[in-house]
Amino acid sequence: MNIAVLVKLVPDTEASIKIGSDHKYINTSDVNFVLNPYDEYAVEEALLQKTKHGGEVTVISLGGDEAVKSLRTSLAMGADVAIHVKNPGGLDMFGIAKNLANVLKDKGYDLIFAGKQAVDDDCSAIGSMVAELMGIPHVSTVTKLNVEDSKLTAEREFEGGFEVYELPLPALITAQKGLNEPRYASLKGIMMAKKKQIEEIEGEAIPAVTEVLDLNYPPIRPPGKIVGEGAEAVPELVRLLKEEAKVL
Amino acid sequence: MDILVYLEKRGNNLRTAGFEAVTAARKLADVSGGKLIALLAGSNLEGFTADAEKYGADQILLAEDQALEGYTPDGHRAAIVAAMEKTSAKLVLMAATALGRDLAPTVAANLNAALLPDCISIEVIEGRLTVTRPVYAGRAIMTLATNSWPAVVSLRPKAFTAVVRDGGKAEIAKLDVQTDIKTKLIETRFEAGGKLDVTEADIIVAGGRGMKSNENFKLIEDISSLLNGAVGASRPVVDSEWRPHSEQIGQTGKVVGPTLYFAVGISGAIQHLAGMRSSKVVVAINKDPDAPIFKSADYGIVGDAMEVLPALIEALK
Repeated sequence: MNIAVLVKLVPDTEASIKIGSDHKYINTSDVNFVLNPYDEYAVEEALLQKTKHGGEVTVISLGGDEAVKSLRTSLAMGADVAIHVKNPGGLDMFGIAKNLANVLKDKGYDLIFAGKQAVDDDCSAIGSMVAELMGIPHVSTVTKLNVEDSKLTAEREFEGGFEVYELPLPALITAQKGLNEPRYASLKGIMMAKKKQIEEIEGEAIPAVTEVLDLNYPPIRPPGKIVGEGAEAVPELVRLLKEEAKVL
Repeated sequence: MDILVYLEKRGNNLRTAGFEAVTAARKLADVSGGKLIALLAGSNLEGFTADAEKYGADQILLAEDQALEGYTPDGHRAAIVAAMEKTSAKLVLMAATALGRDLAPTVAANLNAALLPDCISIEVIEGRLTVTRPVYAGRAIMTLATNSWPAVVSLRPKAFTAVVRDGGKAEIAKLDVQTDIKTKLIETRFEAGGKLDVTEADIIVAGGRGMKSNENFKLIEDISSLLNGAVGASRPVVDSEWRPHSEQIGQTGKVVGPTLYFAVGISGAIQHLAGMRSSKVVVAINKDPDAPIFKSADYGIVGDAMEVLPALIEALK
Protein backbone atom coordinates (compact mmCIF):
# COMPACT_ATOMS: atom_id res chain seq x y z
CA MET A 1 0.00 0.00 0.00
CA ASN A 2 1.33 3.37 -1.10
CA ILE A 3 0.83 5.83 1.78
CA ALA A 4 1.52 9.56 2.07
CA VAL A 5 1.44 11.75 5.19
CA LEU A 6 1.23 15.55 5.21
CA VAL A 7 3.23 17.02 8.08
CA LYS A 8 4.00 20.48 9.42
CA LEU A 9 6.49 22.01 11.84
CA VAL A 10 4.80 24.11 14.55
CA PRO A 11 5.76 25.83 17.82
CA ASP A 12 5.87 23.47 20.79
CA THR A 13 2.54 23.67 22.67
CA GLU A 14 4.51 24.85 25.74
CA ALA A 15 5.93 27.81 23.78
CA SER A 16 5.07 31.29 24.93
CA ILE A 17 3.86 33.15 21.87
CA LYS A 18 5.35 36.60 21.21
CA ILE A 19 3.90 38.76 18.49
CA GLY A 20 6.47 39.93 15.93
CA SER A 21 7.17 43.64 15.37
CA ASP A 22 5.30 43.54 12.04
CA HIS A 23 2.12 42.37 13.83
CA LYS A 24 1.61 39.76 11.10
CA TYR A 25 3.67 36.84 12.35
CA ILE A 26 4.99 35.60 15.66
CA ASN A 27 8.54 36.25 16.79
CA THR A 28 10.16 32.86 16.24
CA SER A 29 13.38 33.43 18.19
CA ASP A 30 13.46 31.32 21.39
CA VAL A 31 10.58 29.18 20.12
CA ASN A 32 11.12 25.44 19.98
CA PHE A 33 9.55 23.98 16.85
CA VAL A 34 8.28 20.40 16.74
CA LEU A 35 6.30 18.07 14.52
CA ASN A 36 2.63 19.09 14.87
CA PRO A 37 1.14 16.82 17.61
CA TYR A 38 -1.78 15.69 15.41
CA ASP A 39 0.68 14.84 12.62
CA GLU A 40 2.33 12.39 15.02
CA TYR A 41 -0.94 10.43 15.04
CA ALA A 42 -1.02 10.65 11.24
CA VAL A 43 2.55 9.33 10.86
CA GLU A 44 1.91 6.59 13.42
CA GLU A 45 -1.24 5.46 11.62
CA ALA A 46 0.59 5.38 8.29
CA LEU A 47 3.28 3.19 9.86
CA LEU A 48 0.67 0.87 11.41
CA GLN A 49 -1.10 0.50 8.07
CA LYS A 50 2.22 -0.19 6.36
CA THR A 51 2.91 -2.97 8.88
CA LYS A 52 -0.49 -4.49 8.06
CA HIS A 53 -0.58 -4.04 4.31
CA GLY A 54 3.04 -3.58 3.27
CA GLY A 55 4.19 -0.76 1.01
CA GLU A 56 5.91 2.52 1.61
CA VAL A 57 5.29 5.64 3.69
CA THR A 58 6.16 9.03 2.17
CA VAL A 59 6.06 12.15 4.34
CA ILE A 60 5.53 15.51 2.69
CA SER A 61 5.95 18.96 4.20
CA LEU A 62 5.47 22.37 2.64
CA GLY A 63 7.48 25.13 4.23
CA GLY A 64 10.78 26.95 4.41
CA ASP A 65 14.07 25.18 5.21
CA GLU A 66 12.86 24.60 8.78
CA ALA A 67 10.20 22.18 7.46
CA VAL A 68 12.97 19.62 7.05
CA LYS A 69 12.93 19.11 10.83
CA SER A 70 9.37 17.76 10.69
CA LEU A 71 10.42 15.40 7.89
CA ARG A 72 13.44 14.15 9.86
CA THR A 73 11.24 13.51 12.90
CA SER A 74 8.83 11.52 10.72
CA LEU A 75 11.68 9.57 9.10
CA ALA A 76 13.03 8.79 12.56
CA MET A 77 9.64 7.35 13.50
CA GLY A 78 9.93 5.03 10.51
CA ALA A 79 8.75 6.78 7.33
CA ASP A 80 10.58 5.63 4.19
CA VAL A 81 10.65 8.66 1.91
CA ALA A 82 10.49 12.42 2.52
CA ILE A 83 9.54 15.25 0.18
CA HIS A 84 10.12 18.89 1.00
CA VAL A 85 7.88 21.24 -0.99
CA LYS A 86 9.73 24.54 -0.82
CA ASN A 87 7.46 27.40 0.10
CA PRO A 88 7.59 30.08 -2.60
CA GLY A 89 6.17 32.56 -0.05
CA GLY A 90 2.87 34.40 0.04
CA LEU A 91 0.69 31.29 0.05
CA ASP A 92 -2.59 31.25 1.94
CA MET A 93 -4.49 28.10 2.88
CA PHE A 94 -5.84 27.56 -0.61
CA GLY A 95 -2.36 27.97 -2.13
CA ILE A 96 -0.88 25.51 0.35
CA ALA A 97 -3.62 22.94 -0.29
CA LYS A 98 -3.29 23.40 -4.06
CA ASN A 99 0.48 22.87 -3.92
CA LEU A 100 0.12 19.74 -1.81
CA ALA A 101 -2.63 18.37 -4.05
CA ASN A 102 -0.39 18.95 -7.10
CA VAL A 103 2.48 17.03 -5.50
CA LEU A 104 0.22 14.15 -4.43
CA LYS A 105 -1.85 13.96 -7.60
CA ASP A 106 0.16 11.75 -9.92
CA LYS A 107 1.95 9.62 -7.37
CA GLY A 108 -0.78 7.02 -7.00
CA TYR A 109 -1.10 7.00 -3.21
CA ASP A 110 -3.81 4.68 -1.92
CA LEU A 111 -4.06 6.40 1.41
CA ILE A 112 -3.17 9.93 2.51
CA PHE A 113 -2.99 11.04 6.13
CA ALA A 114 -2.80 14.47 7.73
CA GLY A 115 -3.21 15.77 11.27
CA LYS A 116 -6.73 17.10 12.00
CA GLN A 117 -5.28 20.57 12.51
CA ALA A 118 -1.96 22.32 12.92
CA VAL A 119 -1.66 23.81 16.38
CA ASP A 120 -0.27 27.11 15.05
CA ASP A 121 -2.95 28.60 12.78
CA ASP A 122 -5.61 26.16 14.03
CA CYS A 123 -7.35 26.14 10.65
CA SER A 124 -8.37 22.44 10.42
CA ALA A 125 -8.54 23.03 6.70
CA ILE A 126 -5.68 21.58 4.69
CA GLY A 127 -6.67 17.89 4.83
CA SER A 128 -10.25 18.43 3.68
CA MET A 129 -9.14 20.94 1.02
CA VAL A 130 -6.44 18.67 -0.41
CA ALA A 131 -8.89 15.75 -0.70
CA GLU A 132 -11.48 17.92 -2.41
CA LEU A 133 -8.91 19.39 -4.82
CA MET A 134 -7.74 15.86 -5.67
CA GLY A 135 -11.30 14.65 -6.10
CA ILE A 136 -10.92 11.84 -3.57
CA PRO A 137 -13.17 11.14 -0.56
CA HIS A 138 -12.06 11.99 2.96
CA VAL A 139 -13.03 11.74 6.60
CA SER A 140 -11.61 14.24 9.08
CA THR A 141 -10.82 14.00 12.83
CA VAL A 142 -10.79 10.21 12.77
CA THR A 143 -10.45 8.26 16.02
CA LYS A 144 -10.81 4.71 14.64
CA LEU A 145 -9.72 3.35 11.31
CA ASN A 146 -9.88 0.00 9.56
CA VAL A 147 -8.32 -0.31 6.12
CA GLU A 148 -9.00 -3.20 3.76
CA ASP A 149 -7.73 -3.75 0.23
CA SER A 150 -9.89 -1.30 -1.62
CA LYS A 151 -11.94 0.42 1.07
CA LEU A 152 -11.78 1.72 4.61
CA THR A 153 -14.10 2.40 7.52
CA ALA A 154 -13.42 5.45 9.67
CA GLU A 155 -15.07 6.69 12.83
CA ARG A 156 -15.17 10.32 13.81
CA GLU A 157 -16.56 12.14 16.79
CA PHE A 158 -19.01 15.02 16.71
CA GLU A 159 -20.55 16.98 19.58
CA GLY A 160 -22.67 14.37 21.33
CA GLY A 161 -21.96 11.32 19.22
CA PHE A 162 -19.97 9.34 16.69
CA GLU A 163 -20.37 8.66 12.99
CA VAL A 164 -18.85 5.83 10.97
CA TYR A 165 -18.11 6.05 7.27
CA GLU A 166 -17.17 3.58 4.59
CA LEU A 167 -15.27 4.87 1.60
CA PRO A 168 -13.29 3.54 -1.34
CA LEU A 169 -9.56 4.02 -1.73
CA PRO A 170 -7.78 6.23 -2.57
CA ALA A 171 -8.93 8.35 0.36
CA LEU A 172 -7.64 10.96 2.77
CA ILE A 173 -7.93 10.72 6.56
CA THR A 174 -7.14 13.40 9.13
CA ALA A 175 -6.01 12.07 12.49
CA GLN A 176 -7.48 13.00 15.86
CA LYS A 177 -6.08 12.18 19.28
CA GLY A 178 -7.23 8.68 20.23
CA LEU A 179 -6.52 7.14 16.82
CA ASN A 180 -3.36 5.50 18.16
CA GLU A 181 -0.43 6.06 20.51
CA PRO A 182 2.44 7.60 18.53
CA ARG A 183 5.77 5.81 18.96
CA TYR A 184 8.97 7.48 20.06
CA ALA A 185 11.76 7.47 17.52
CA SER A 186 14.48 4.94 18.36
CA LEU A 187 18.11 6.02 18.48
CA LYS A 188 18.71 3.88 15.40
CA GLY A 189 15.77 5.58 13.68
CA ILE A 190 17.15 9.01 14.49
CA MET A 191 20.60 8.08 13.14
CA MET A 192 19.10 6.66 9.95
CA ALA A 193 16.85 9.67 9.46
CA LYS A 194 19.87 11.96 9.49
CA LYS A 195 21.38 10.14 6.53
CA LYS A 196 18.26 9.93 4.38
CA GLN A 197 17.99 12.04 1.23
CA ILE A 198 15.10 14.45 1.21
CA GLU A 199 13.58 15.11 -2.19
CA GLU A 200 13.03 18.79 -2.92
CA ILE A 201 10.23 20.19 -5.04
CA GLU A 202 9.83 23.89 -5.78
CA GLY A 203 6.39 25.05 -4.67
CA GLU A 204 4.25 27.01 -7.10
CA ALA A 205 3.53 30.65 -6.29
CA ILE A 206 -0.25 31.02 -6.07
CA PRO A 207 -1.61 34.50 -5.28
CA ALA A 208 -3.28 34.63 -1.86
CA VAL A 209 -6.98 35.52 -1.68
CA THR A 210 -6.89 36.21 2.06
CA GLU A 211 -4.62 38.71 3.77
CA VAL A 212 -3.46 38.85 7.39
CA LEU A 213 -4.11 42.43 8.54
CA ASP A 214 -2.99 42.05 12.11
CA LEU A 215 -1.78 39.62 14.76
CA ASN A 216 -2.18 40.61 18.36
CA TYR A 217 -2.52 39.33 21.91
CA PRO A 218 -5.96 38.41 23.22
CA PRO A 219 -7.52 40.77 25.77
CA ILE A 220 -6.06 40.27 29.25
CA ARG A 221 -8.43 38.94 31.90
CA PRO A 222 -8.71 41.33 34.84
CA PRO A 223 -7.26 39.79 38.02
CA GLY A 224 -9.74 37.76 40.04
CA LYS A 225 -10.13 37.37 43.76
CA ILE A 226 -9.58 34.57 46.24
CA VAL A 227 -12.92 34.17 47.97
CA GLY A 228 -11.54 32.16 50.86
CA GLU A 229 -10.24 28.80 52.01
CA GLY A 230 -11.92 25.41 52.11
CA ALA A 231 -15.60 24.54 52.43
CA GLU A 232 -16.25 27.65 54.55
CA ALA A 233 -15.77 29.85 51.47
CA VAL A 234 -18.55 28.12 49.52
CA PRO A 235 -21.55 30.25 50.66
CA GLU A 236 -19.69 33.43 49.76
CA LEU A 237 -18.70 31.98 46.36
CA VAL A 238 -22.32 31.08 45.60
CA ARG A 239 -23.46 34.56 46.66
CA LEU A 240 -20.87 36.22 44.38
CA LEU A 241 -21.84 34.03 41.43
CA LYS A 242 -25.50 34.93 41.97
CA GLU A 243 -25.29 38.59 42.90
CA GLU A 244 -22.06 39.94 41.44
CA ALA A 245 -21.36 37.79 38.37
CA LYS A 246 -25.08 36.98 37.89
CA VAL A 247 -24.31 33.63 36.32
CA LEU A 248 -26.30 31.36 38.64
CA MET B 1 -24.65 41.02 -0.46
CA ASP B 2 -26.69 37.84 -0.35
CA ILE B 3 -25.56 35.34 2.25
CA LEU B 4 -26.10 31.60 2.47
CA VAL B 5 -26.14 30.03 5.93
CA TYR B 6 -25.83 26.27 6.25
CA LEU B 7 -27.80 24.91 9.20
CA GLU B 8 -26.56 21.73 10.86
CA LYS B 9 -29.17 19.09 11.59
CA ARG B 10 -28.30 16.38 14.09
CA GLY B 11 -30.95 13.73 14.53
CA ASN B 12 -34.12 15.64 15.27
CA ASN B 13 -32.47 18.90 16.18
CA LEU B 14 -30.88 21.87 14.53
CA ARG B 15 -27.74 23.00 16.31
CA THR B 16 -27.96 26.31 18.16
CA ALA B 17 -24.57 27.25 16.72
CA GLY B 18 -26.29 27.39 13.31
CA PHE B 19 -28.74 30.01 14.61
CA GLU B 20 -25.77 32.00 15.92
CA ALA B 21 -24.50 32.03 12.33
CA VAL B 22 -27.96 33.13 11.10
CA THR B 23 -27.93 36.07 13.54
CA ALA B 24 -24.41 37.07 12.45
CA ALA B 25 -25.47 36.79 8.80
CA ARG B 26 -28.62 38.82 9.44
CA LYS B 27 -26.50 41.72 10.67
CA LEU B 28 -24.24 41.56 7.61
CA ALA B 29 -27.21 41.26 5.26
CA ASP B 30 -28.93 44.26 6.89
CA VAL B 31 -25.80 46.42 6.60
CA SER B 32 -25.21 45.48 2.96
CA GLY B 33 -28.89 45.33 1.97
CA GLY B 34 -28.71 41.66 1.01
CA LYS B 35 -30.86 38.59 1.38
CA LEU B 36 -30.31 35.87 3.95
CA ILE B 37 -30.79 32.37 2.61
CA ALA B 38 -30.78 29.40 4.98
CA LEU B 39 -29.98 25.92 3.72
CA LEU B 40 -31.13 22.65 5.25
CA ALA B 41 -30.06 19.27 3.93
CA GLY B 42 -31.43 15.86 4.90
CA SER B 43 -34.86 14.31 5.30
CA ASN B 44 -38.06 15.52 6.99
CA LEU B 45 -36.88 19.10 6.87
CA GLU B 46 -40.17 20.95 6.80
CA GLY B 47 -40.57 20.89 10.57
CA PHE B 48 -37.44 23.00 10.95
CA THR B 49 -38.32 25.93 8.73
CA ALA B 50 -40.03 27.86 11.54
CA ASP B 51 -36.75 27.91 13.48
CA ALA B 52 -34.74 29.28 10.56
CA GLU B 53 -37.45 31.88 9.96
CA LYS B 54 -37.50 32.89 13.60
CA TYR B 55 -33.84 33.89 13.52
CA GLY B 56 -34.23 36.02 10.41
CA ALA B 57 -33.89 33.99 7.20
CA ASP B 58 -35.51 35.59 4.11
CA GLN B 59 -35.45 32.40 2.13
CA ILE B 60 -35.10 28.78 3.18
CA LEU B 61 -33.79 26.16 0.78
CA LEU B 62 -34.68 22.58 1.56
CA ALA B 63 -32.38 19.96 0.06
CA GLU B 64 -34.83 17.21 0.95
CA ASP B 65 -33.13 13.96 0.07
CA GLN B 66 -32.71 10.73 2.02
CA ALA B 67 -29.16 10.51 0.66
CA LEU B 68 -28.37 13.76 2.49
CA GLU B 69 -29.70 12.60 5.87
CA GLY B 70 -26.68 12.59 8.20
CA TYR B 71 -23.50 14.40 7.33
CA THR B 72 -21.25 13.39 4.49
CA PRO B 73 -18.59 15.84 3.25
CA ASP B 74 -19.29 15.18 -0.44
CA GLY B 75 -23.09 15.13 -0.03
CA HIS B 76 -23.39 18.34 1.95
CA ARG B 77 -20.71 20.07 -0.12
CA ALA B 78 -22.87 19.29 -3.18
CA ALA B 79 -25.91 20.82 -1.43
CA ILE B 80 -24.06 24.07 -0.73
CA VAL B 81 -22.62 24.25 -4.24
CA ALA B 82 -26.13 23.71 -5.68
CA ALA B 83 -27.48 26.45 -3.41
CA MET B 84 -24.75 28.84 -4.55
CA GLU B 85 -25.63 28.12 -8.17
CA LYS B 86 -29.33 28.66 -7.58
CA THR B 87 -28.96 31.92 -5.65
CA SER B 88 -26.80 35.00 -5.96
CA ALA B 89 -25.15 34.41 -2.56
CA LYS B 90 -21.49 35.40 -2.42
CA LEU B 91 -20.80 34.43 1.15
CA VAL B 92 -21.33 31.07 2.88
CA LEU B 93 -21.55 31.00 6.66
CA MET B 94 -21.72 28.02 8.97
CA ALA B 95 -20.85 27.11 12.55
CA ALA B 96 -17.32 25.85 13.18
CA THR B 97 -18.55 22.66 14.81
CA ALA B 98 -16.92 19.28 14.15
CA LEU B 99 -19.04 19.27 11.00
CA GLY B 100 -18.38 22.86 9.95
CA ARG B 101 -14.65 22.54 10.47
CA ASP B 102 -14.74 19.82 7.82
CA LEU B 103 -17.43 21.15 5.49
CA ALA B 104 -16.18 24.76 5.20
CA PRO B 105 -12.74 23.88 3.76
CA THR B 106 -14.32 21.21 1.53
CA VAL B 107 -16.72 23.78 0.07
CA ALA B 108 -13.99 26.43 -0.25
CA ALA B 109 -11.75 24.04 -2.18
CA ASN B 110 -14.61 23.08 -4.47
CA LEU B 111 -15.68 26.66 -5.20
CA ASN B 112 -12.10 27.95 -5.39
CA ALA B 113 -13.21 30.33 -2.65
CA ALA B 114 -11.50 32.25 0.13
CA LEU B 115 -11.69 30.36 3.44
CA LEU B 116 -11.87 32.15 6.79
CA PRO B 117 -12.30 29.45 9.43
CA ASP B 118 -13.30 29.47 13.11
CA CYS B 119 -13.96 33.21 13.40
CA ILE B 120 -15.03 35.11 16.51
CA SER B 121 -16.04 38.32 14.73
CA ILE B 122 -17.12 39.17 11.19
CA GLU B 123 -17.65 42.53 9.49
CA VAL B 124 -17.52 44.08 6.08
CA ILE B 125 -15.09 47.01 6.27
CA GLU B 126 -14.73 49.14 3.13
CA GLY B 127 -16.03 46.32 0.99
CA ARG B 128 -13.63 43.81 2.50
CA LEU B 129 -14.81 40.88 4.51
CA THR B 130 -12.84 41.17 7.75
CA VAL B 131 -12.77 38.58 10.52
CA THR B 132 -10.88 37.86 13.69
CA ARG B 133 -9.89 34.34 14.65
CA PRO B 134 -7.92 32.86 17.53
CA VAL B 135 -4.63 31.22 16.53
CA TYR B 136 -1.97 29.43 18.61
CA ALA B 137 -4.83 27.99 20.67
CA GLY B 138 -6.09 31.46 21.58
CA ARG B 139 -2.70 32.86 22.58
CA ALA B 140 -2.96 35.30 19.67
CA ILE B 141 -5.80 36.80 17.65
CA MET B 142 -5.46 37.17 13.88
CA THR B 143 -7.35 39.69 11.80
CA LEU B 144 -7.89 38.25 8.35
CA ALA B 145 -9.52 39.90 5.33
CA THR B 146 -10.54 39.09 1.79
CA ASN B 147 -12.21 40.79 -1.12
CA SER B 148 -12.27 37.65 -3.17
CA TRP B 149 -15.73 36.16 -3.73
CA PRO B 150 -17.22 33.74 -3.05
CA ALA B 151 -15.94 33.39 0.50
CA VAL B 152 -16.60 30.66 3.04
CA VAL B 153 -16.59 31.52 6.74
CA SER B 154 -17.09 29.31 9.77
CA LEU B 155 -17.99 30.88 13.11
CA ARG B 156 -16.83 29.56 16.44
CA PRO B 157 -19.78 28.27 18.48
CA LYS B 158 -20.74 30.57 21.39
CA ALA B 159 -18.69 33.49 20.04
CA PHE B 160 -21.96 34.88 18.66
CA THR B 161 -25.42 34.98 20.26
CA ALA B 162 -28.50 33.71 18.45
CA VAL B 163 -31.20 36.41 18.56
CA VAL B 164 -34.83 35.81 17.63
CA ARG B 165 -36.27 38.32 15.16
CA ASP B 166 -39.97 38.98 15.33
CA GLY B 167 -42.28 39.18 12.36
CA GLY B 168 -39.96 37.73 9.75
CA LYS B 169 -41.41 35.68 6.92
CA ALA B 170 -39.31 33.38 4.82
CA GLU B 171 -40.01 32.06 1.36
CA ILE B 172 -39.49 28.31 1.26
CA ALA B 173 -38.11 26.56 -1.82
CA LYS B 174 -36.93 23.06 -2.66
CA LEU B 175 -33.37 22.55 -3.77
CA ASP B 176 -32.44 19.68 -6.04
CA VAL B 177 -28.99 18.29 -5.40
CA GLN B 178 -27.15 15.88 -7.67
CA THR B 179 -25.37 13.61 -5.25
CA ASP B 180 -22.54 11.19 -5.88
CA ILE B 181 -21.62 10.27 -2.33
CA LYS B 182 -18.48 8.22 -1.90
CA THR B 183 -18.20 8.68 1.88
CA LYS B 184 -21.06 6.40 2.85
CA LEU B 185 -22.37 7.07 6.36
CA ILE B 186 -22.93 3.58 7.75
CA GLU B 187 -23.58 4.34 11.42
CA THR B 188 -24.44 7.24 13.71
CA ARG B 189 -24.37 6.79 17.47
CA PHE B 190 -25.59 9.44 19.87
CA GLU B 191 -24.12 9.46 23.35
CA ALA B 192 -26.48 8.00 25.95
CA GLY B 193 -28.98 10.34 27.55
CA GLY B 194 -28.32 13.08 25.00
CA LYS B 195 -25.23 14.15 26.93
CA LEU B 196 -24.51 17.85 26.54
CA ASP B 197 -21.22 18.53 24.79
CA VAL B 198 -18.74 20.89 26.45
CA THR B 199 -18.73 23.15 23.38
CA GLU B 200 -22.47 23.67 23.74
CA ALA B 201 -22.81 23.97 27.52
CA ASP B 202 -23.44 27.26 29.31
CA ILE B 203 -21.86 25.87 32.43
CA ILE B 204 -18.88 23.51 32.55
CA VAL B 205 -17.56 21.80 35.64
CA ALA B 206 -14.08 20.56 34.78
CA GLY B 207 -11.88 18.35 36.93
CA GLY B 208 -8.16 17.72 36.90
CA ARG B 209 -5.62 15.57 38.63
CA GLY B 210 -6.58 17.17 41.95
CA MET B 211 -9.71 14.99 41.85
CA LYS B 212 -7.33 12.13 42.76
CA SER B 213 -9.42 9.34 41.24
CA ASN B 214 -11.93 8.39 38.63
CA GLU B 215 -14.56 7.71 41.35
CA ASN B 216 -14.30 11.24 42.76
CA PHE B 217 -15.60 12.62 39.46
CA LYS B 218 -19.04 11.67 40.83
CA LEU B 219 -18.84 15.00 42.71
CA ILE B 220 -18.11 16.85 39.46
CA GLU B 221 -20.98 15.05 37.74
CA ASP B 222 -23.36 15.94 40.58
CA ILE B 223 -22.57 19.65 40.39
CA SER B 224 -22.76 19.57 36.62
CA SER B 225 -26.20 17.99 36.66
CA LEU B 226 -27.48 20.38 39.38
CA LEU B 227 -26.48 23.25 37.08
CA ASN B 228 -27.58 21.58 33.80
CA GLY B 229 -23.99 21.82 32.69
CA ALA B 230 -21.41 19.53 31.13
CA VAL B 231 -18.43 17.72 32.65
CA GLY B 232 -15.00 18.77 31.40
CA ALA B 233 -11.58 17.28 32.02
CA SER B 234 -7.93 18.24 31.84
CA ARG B 235 -5.50 16.35 29.68
CA PRO B 236 -3.81 14.29 32.46
CA VAL B 237 -7.23 13.03 33.54
CA VAL B 238 -8.06 11.95 29.97
CA ASP B 239 -4.62 10.40 29.49
CA SER B 240 -5.19 8.39 32.70
CA GLU B 241 -8.49 7.25 31.15
CA TRP B 242 -10.57 8.59 34.03
CA ARG B 243 -12.63 10.53 31.51
CA PRO B 244 -13.25 10.26 27.72
CA HIS B 245 -11.37 12.45 25.24
CA SER B 246 -14.68 14.05 24.21
CA GLU B 247 -14.55 15.91 27.56
CA GLN B 248 -10.96 17.12 27.26
CA ILE B 249 -10.58 20.89 27.28
CA GLY B 250 -7.42 22.51 26.00
CA GLN B 251 -5.06 22.70 23.10
CA THR B 252 -5.35 19.02 22.17
CA GLY B 253 -8.96 18.85 23.26
CA LYS B 254 -11.88 21.19 22.83
CA VAL B 255 -11.96 24.95 22.96
CA VAL B 256 -14.93 26.15 25.00
CA GLY B 257 -16.57 29.45 25.86
CA PRO B 258 -19.26 28.88 28.51
CA THR B 259 -20.83 31.51 30.73
CA LEU B 260 -19.44 29.81 33.82
CA TYR B 261 -16.42 27.52 34.04
CA PHE B 262 -15.39 25.64 37.17
CA ALA B 263 -11.78 24.45 37.16
CA VAL B 264 -11.50 21.96 40.00
CA GLY B 265 -8.12 20.47 40.88
CA ILE B 266 -6.73 21.82 37.61
CA SER B 267 -3.37 23.55 37.99
CA GLY B 268 -3.78 25.62 34.82
CA ALA B 269 -1.16 24.47 32.31
CA ILE B 270 -0.83 26.84 29.36
CA GLN B 271 -2.45 24.23 27.07
CA HIS B 272 -5.50 23.99 29.33
CA LEU B 273 -5.86 27.76 29.64
CA ALA B 274 -5.84 27.93 25.84
CA GLY B 275 -9.01 25.87 25.77
CA MET B 276 -11.07 27.81 28.30
CA ARG B 277 -9.80 31.38 28.26
CA SER B 278 -12.88 32.74 26.50
CA SER B 279 -15.17 31.56 29.34
CA LYS B 280 -17.12 34.49 30.76
CA VAL B 281 -16.68 33.71 34.45
CA VAL B 282 -14.07 31.29 35.78
CA VAL B 283 -14.08 29.73 39.25
CA ALA B 284 -10.94 27.91 40.38
CA ILE B 285 -10.85 25.43 43.24
CA ASN B 286 -7.37 24.21 44.03
CA LYS B 287 -5.47 23.32 47.17
CA ASP B 288 -2.26 24.94 45.88
CA PRO B 289 -2.56 28.73 46.38
CA ASP B 290 0.21 29.23 43.81
CA ALA B 291 -1.53 27.24 41.05
CA PRO B 292 -1.45 29.28 37.81
CA ILE B 293 -5.20 28.69 37.33
CA PHE B 294 -5.92 31.36 40.00
CA LYS B 295 -4.39 33.99 37.69
CA SER B 296 -6.99 33.14 35.05
CA ALA B 297 -9.92 32.85 37.46
CA ASP B 298 -12.46 35.48 38.52
CA TYR B 299 -13.13 33.71 41.81
CA GLY B 300 -10.93 31.27 43.64
CA ILE B 301 -11.23 28.96 46.62
CA VAL B 302 -8.03 27.56 48.06
CA GLY B 303 -8.89 24.13 49.34
CA ASP B 304 -9.14 20.41 48.76
CA ALA B 305 -11.76 19.58 46.13
CA MET B 306 -13.01 16.67 48.29
CA GLU B 307 -14.01 19.16 51.00
CA VAL B 308 -15.15 22.05 48.85
CA LEU B 309 -17.28 20.13 46.33
CA PRO B 310 -19.64 18.43 48.85
CA ALA B 311 -20.26 21.86 50.41
CA LEU B 312 -20.89 23.32 46.97
CA ILE B 313 -23.38 20.53 46.18
CA GLU B 314 -25.30 21.30 49.42
CA ALA B 315 -25.30 25.03 48.64
CA LEU B 316 -26.61 24.53 45.12
CA LYS B 317 -29.38 22.08 46.03
